[in-house]
Amino acid sequence: MAGAGGGGCPAGSNDFQWCFSQVKGAVDEDVAEADIISTVEFNYSGDLLATGDKGGRVVIFQREQESKSRPHSRGEYNVYSTFQSHEPEFDYLKSLEIEEKINKIRWLPQQNAAHFLLSTNDKTIKLWKISERDKRAEGYNLKDEDGRLRDPFRITALRVPILKPMDLMVEASPRRIFANAHTYHINSISVNSDHETYLSADDLRINLWHLEITDRSFNIVDIKPANMEELTEVITAAEFHPHQCNVFVYSSSKGTIRLCDMRSSALCDRHSKFFEEPEDPSSRSFFSEIISSISDVKFSHSGRYMMTRDYLSVKVWDLNMESRPVETHQVHEYLRSKLCSLYENDCIFDKFECCWNGSDSAIMTGSYNNFFRMFDRNTRRDVTLEASRENSKPRASLKPRKVCTGGKRKKDEISVDSLDFNKKILHTAWHPMENIIAVAATNNLYIFQDKIN
Amino acid sequence: MSAEGPEAASAEEQKEMEDKVTSPEKAEEAKLKARYPHLGQKPGGSDFLRKRLQKGQKYFDSGDYNMAKAKMKNKQLPTAAPEKTEVTGDHIPTPQDLPQRKPSLVTSKLAG
Repeated sequence: MAGAGGGGCPAGSNDFQWCFSQVKGAVDEDVAEADIISTVEFNYSGDLLATGDKGGRVVIFQREQESKSRPHSRGEYNVYSTFQSHEPEFDYLKSLEIEEKINKIRWLPQQNAAHFLLSTNDKTIKLWKISERDKRAEGYNLKDEDGRLRDPFRITALRVPILKPMDLMVEASPRRIFANAHTYHINSISVNSDHETYLSADDLRINLWHLEITDRSFNIVDIKPANMEELTEVITAAEFHPHQCNVFVYSSSKGTIRLCDMRSSALCDRHSKFFEEPEDPSSRSFFSEIISSISDVKFSHSGRYMMTRDYLSVKVWDLNMESRPVETHQVHEYLRSKLCSLYENDCIFDKFECCWNGSDSAIMTGSYNNFFRMFDRNTRRDVTLEASRENSKPRASLKPRKVCTGGKRKKDEISVDSLDFNKKILHTAWHPMENIIAVAATNNLYIFQDKIN
Repeated sequence: MSAEGPEAASAEEQKEMEDKVTSPEKAEEAKLKARYPHLGQKPGGSDFLRKRLQKGQKYFDSGDYNMAKAKMKNKQLPTAAPEKTEVTGDHIPTPQDLPQRKPSLVTSKLAG
């Protein structure tokens, strides 16, 4: 990554030079719970960027076409559509509330003019269709322009309605509702490369759905023990392979990943591959299992690798090697000496996500104090950047941040004890082809672009 | 381990000290155990998982409440645990335990 900001990058360099582009959301200090962003996802072309929040709402941004008349907009993202995806519900049997918080959004590949996405809360997955309407028919025979029915006896001539242009209207409508298939809380959804099926995973089970069929779903993984006292691990994330429609992986709270092949049996309780890094038994502590819990798993675009995020690190695994990861990147190792307080304030259970860039050469994940980390797999360099309003002048370069662990704090460094653990960046997304990233900082969405872009 | 008296004891102590010095994680564990001596022996085990599986705000159920009141005419109802998010077996939520109802839904500020 580039070092201190400012100064041009030599042509042909692989270093990123991240600059502020936009920030969305309210500025006020008092953050309403409903406004907390809970998921961020670019679509396959990168032209659309969707966010979901704790209030069950989805906001979709669209990239503006760069035009000569507005050279400074440089492909900015503006609101395209917003809708209420999920509402709070009540489970009367258990007297429990079902949160409307959107846990995940996944786009479907585009097949026609409309856009489709899946959004899910803890219990119900919905398929939403987002379509544009820019024409309106005028000159109906049986009704007036304002919609009132005309008296049929008054009609003396017939006319053919004509299509007239109108202001663009973007409509979102729920096309399918996939409900009642999960006893536990849904943590992941993943669209298959066959574009016909998708999986949904909760703490103990994974189900396979067909996008057209809502009243039936196949259970493909079930790790619920006969006796709940014997429960030792839960499913934390699951994803389909990007090219092989029969392969998916799921991660666990014990830091392991299982790869399953749906061709081998209908119920994939027995894995095809089991990925686990050997642990040094002498270094085991009370915290070991908790911090090894995997909060996110993502295949590389190539399908050759997968990346897992646990509390302190990001690991890259080669699918051909189960014994250990091929890369381990420390996100915030300085927190290891703070685990006691992080356990007391529950931060140790925070679930960070991670993402690849389009070419799989870089990976990104969030941290605390509104910091996020980027690792370049080729140059082996990493950088810490911050999403803050103070650094939000248009096209301002982001300055690398540094956390000081020892005694002497240099100027511009921040000490571990000064970090704000309420400012967590759990959700980030990278444009599938360009160097544009979206970073969710509580209730604000930041968009950064690479200067060379 | 042979009982060799003071020499063996000091070797163990030294190893413990070394552990504390070399492993910040073990030092943190010691801190935690000092603050919560009754913390379960099974780290990250069933307790965490069960708490995780039960996530969700339990609400007042008038059926449960009235049944409980009828059964225990003269006794006190079990009071809310200090940590209200725990769903403990005998706890019947009372109207006083309930959090504020959610405000009505408005458009996201991201779209503003």
